[in-house]
Amino acid sequence: MSAETKKNQESALHLENVTMQFGGVVSVNNLTLDVPKGKIIALIGPNGAGKTTAFNCITGVYQPTNGLISFMSQPMVRTYPRGKDAKIYKGEHKDTYAGQPVLTPTPDQITQLGIARTFQNIRLWKSMTVFDNVLTAKHMRAKQNVFSAILRTNMKEEKRMREETMDLLKEQGLESFKDELATSLPYGLQRRLEIARALATNPKLLLLDEPAAGMNPQETFELADFVHEIRDKYDLTVFLIEHHMDLVMNISDYIYVIDFGSEISQGVPEVVQSDHKVIEAYLGIAED
Amino acid sequence: MKVSGAAVCAADAVMLWYSHVNRYNPGNSRNPVWRSVLHDCGRAVCMRLTHALEKNSMEYVISVLLSGISVGGQYALIAIGYTLVYGILRLINFAHGDVFMVAGLMGIYFTAVMPITLSIPLVILVTVALGFTIERVAYKPLRDAPRMSVMISAIGVSYLLQNSATYITGGQPMTYPTIPFLASTIKVFGTHTKWVVILTPLLVLLLVFLLTQLIDRTKIGMAMRAVSKDFETSRLMGIKINSVISMTFIIGSALAAVGSVLFFTNYPAITPMAGAMPGLKAFVAAVFGGIGSIPGAVIGAFLIGICETIIKGLPSSWDVSVFSDAFTFALLIVILILKPQGLFGEAATDKV
Amino acid sequence: MAGYICLLLLIVTILENLSMFIPGMPQVLQPTSPLFTVLKKGAVYSLVAVSMNLLNGFTGLFSLGQAGFMLLGAYTYAILTVPAKMKDQVYYLFGGSLLKTSLVDIFGAVFGTEGVGRAIAMVLGVVLAIVLAGCVAAFFAYLIGLPVLRLKSDYLAIATLGFAEIIRAIFQWQRLGPITNGANMIKGFPTFTSFNITDSSGQVLFRLSTFVPFLVSSICILLIILLINSSYGRAFKSIRDDEIASEAMGISLSKHKMLAFVISSFFSGMGGALFAMYVANAQAKAFTSVMTYEILLIVVVGGIGSISGSVIATFLYVACSEWWLRFLDSEMVLSSGFKVPLLRNGFRMVVFSVVIMVIVLFFSRGIMGDRELRLPGISARPVRPKSADKGKAAANAAAQTVTEEKSSDEQEG
Repeated sequence: MSAETKKNQESALHLENVTMQFGGVVSVNNLTLDVPKGKIIALIGPNGAGKTTAFNCITGVYQPTNGLISFMSQPMVRTYPRGKDAKIYKGEHKDTYAGQPVLTPTPDQITQLGIARTFQNIRLWKSMTVFDNVLTAKHMRAKQNVFSAILRTNMKEEKRMREETMDLLKEQGLESFKDELATSLPYGLQRRLEIARALATNPKLLLLDEPAAGMNPQETFELADFVHEIRDKYDLTVFLIEHHMDLVMNISDYIYVIDFGSEISQGVPEVVQSDHKVIEAYLGIAED
Repeated sequence: MKVSGAAVCAADAVMLWYSHVNRYNPGNSRNPVWRSVLHDCGRAVCMRLTHALEKNSMEYVISVLLSGISVGGQYALIAIGYTLVYGILRLINFAHGDVFMVAGLMGIYFTAVMPITLSIPLVILVTVALGFTIERVAYKPLRDAPRMSVMISAIGVSYLLQNSATYITGGQPMTYPTIPFLASTIKVFGTHTKWVVILTPLLVLLLVFLLTQLIDRTKIGMAMRAVSKDFETSRLMGIKINSVISMTFIIGSALAAVGSVLFFTNYPAITPMAGAMPGLKAFVAAVFGGIGSIPGAVIGAFLIGICETIIKGLPSSWDVSVFSDAFTFALLIVILILKPQGLFGEAATDKV
Repeated sequence: MAGYICLLLLIVTILENLSMFIPGMPQVLQPTSPLFTVLKKGAVYSLVAVSMNLLNGFTGLFSLGQAGFMLLGAYTYAILTVPAKMKDQVYYLFGGSLLKTSLVDIFGAVFGTEGVGRAIAMVLGVVLAIVLAGCVAAFFAYLIGLPVLRLKSDYLAIATLGFAEIIRAIFQWQRLGPITNGANMIKGFPTFTSFNITDSSGQVLFRLSTFVPFLVSSICILLIILLINSSYGRAFKSIRDDEIASEAMGISLSKHKMLAFVISSFFSGMGGALFAMYVANAQAKAFTSVMTYEILLIVVVGGIGSISGSVIATFLYVACSEWWLRFLDSEMVLSSGFKVPLLRNGFRMVVFSVVIMVIVLFFSRGIMGDRELRLPGISARPVRPKSADKGKAAANAAAQTVTEEKSSDEQEG
């Protein structure tokens, strides 16, 4: 796929001039990128480059200091530096969004829109079973209220949720562990469970934060197929952060590279691979 | 001496302003009902303030302020114990107020059998031992447990101390002995007051000065600062966590013991519950000032002490003295909402 | 589940009435026996403990405002049910109450004031008042929850504790005397004994005074269990386990925390109303932070995150404090003339607090940990399926599992 055709595609997620500044430290600097529908896009960069911060801005954990994030062509997050932030703001486009309505949805509202994520350091609900972990993620989309839940008049809905959960688990090959505590699973399966949990929220866009971290080569290899598989099956768009270059080059349709919060390169895997700026940024870690 | 001039004038002026606002801008207000309610309330408060100030003498006002400062100083001594422990263990040491109460009780029992010059140092020493023991027995085993467990343990210790005090005293209020020098009266600004009232703020300032020197200049102080910044890293860097924590409890308990001598000289009745309320107020003071900050705790304590005595000192016809405790908590909730890190505290964030 | 509750209610009713129909029953079954005090107080306290567990154990919100919500419930109930003819007597300091009538009187006007009509009016009035007591507590919980639920663990604890103290001060304010009777107690309203069926001369025909608190408590606890095992309950638990993950999975923190807080307070308020019925008065002085601590310690002893644990711990706690350990409070001289040392007023509570400290320090999972007592025929989904294989997880077996759990925890750590 060339950059030309990419532009013609409908965008699932679009970041425009996103800057995240913590006090005087700029973690993400003027990041603009596009994630087209149905593609697998990777965000890579050395340690501390600001990848996870960018993810946290997209998912609402942080409110960016400046910038616009659109989801399915609708503005989702829009901020500009205000008050004390305006005085210490170091980034560009300070006035581009000023005066426009500020949008700072909470993470749950963003998930409601159809963005689901996994975490770099796995965050499963540790007192719950594998089954309950996935089932609980279905809570958001369930048609019920507290009273129907207490009085059990939502049995149909509950049954549907349980069936769907079971299907998901079967598909991920986790059904034999369904009554185990989530944290008792081996690491690779915990990552899988996290993806299954994210899928349970019926997302349109899936954000994977270092899905292969801590996996052995075999598991990493399987993961690539797996990501393709779920993308096709659930009609997903995937946006991922990864350190395993093999995996990234293998599965991504397009790659953005950032370092010190700013984009240093972008392109299809082959282009990025041979970009000397990327090699420089990665020098010493490139063989990873 | 009557309160003339400024204060009354100010109250009158505010009242005039209220009537002005209401009279000349009737059409201007977006919400006339709200405005007129505001007007009536404002008018009532102003009239009453004027009235109260006219009726009470300057001496009364000064005596209220003085006792506010002294109560504040006593809260400050307790608050330091809270703020130190919270700074290091992230634990609200609910038992601290009860340690303070026990120190008061010990003051009574020790003074009964030995001269005061001997009993006060002994009270401080035994209180320190108590604080140290509580930490070793009730908090140390839970070092790696969730924060909630440690807090529950603290509540358990508080419950134990209160019940033990009930058992020992038989539940009767005990009377704190009169300490000759502290309890003798002195005339300041035309009002008679006890020496303790004058001495407390001075002593607090001296002790706080010494404490900040200890924390800023000594090795153990440096260790304390390091532990409060990052518990785990300090532990890995070879700081003897346990001795640092014990030290905090020792300092906190010693100050609470000093505070108990001053506080109960002022309010000599000790019940098993006598420590709970001052303890909670001192904690609020610590939060107010920014928990972990010693100057913050001291300033917060003085503020709370003064506000509280002013509320208690308002004319009895207003019936508001019942809110002197509630005021403290209202202040706490307001400060937690507006500026959760307190006046001098640092904000903390979670890493995702 | 419902079957077990009916069985329990039946047993309680039979116990209560045995001495009435079969003469010569042992002292323990006489109406004045501490057994019934324990049962009544236990029923009331277990509701409050379970509601606290819903918040602290299942949602992970460390709130210490329980006494405040109980106070709101107790006063709401008392104010709404003091009969019109008692008002002048109760509120004599304030020249009568602002509220001239009571719910019981209102229903009395509909159903009559004699015989069965009177009974219906009282039951309806009391039930409505108890529910309203919960609603008032829930409403205040909503108001206070808006600002404070954003706070982190221990700040939330201290803010809710402060809120309870503020409420207590407000209800002691003399200016509100015509409603709250100031710092004096409100009494004269229907209590548990009002439900005993009597003949016209006041002779008791059939006792229901223990049945009533059991009925109300078990319905409320059943509702809480249903909530916890529902989708919302899972959402609450997920918030306890990991807030950030819950939010990322679309579970609104503010909404669900508020929901847990309001529901817990609703039941605390009902518990407060029952408490007022139990002690036959409502007085702000009783609802201090010590009461909250007591309930919190019950929850801890029972196991944070276990409903059945809370209930078992409540009854154990109440039985020990009101009955079994009473002897510690009075001096005892053995037949050999040996005077047992230490025993005098207050010793019971010292022993008590020592035991609690031991549990907190060495058995921090409490009686049940986060498991539930399972009875045959109840097919609630197991929290920890491994223990389900072992079958009977009764209270006596729990001690063993606690140690097992502990050792396995140590291995993991």
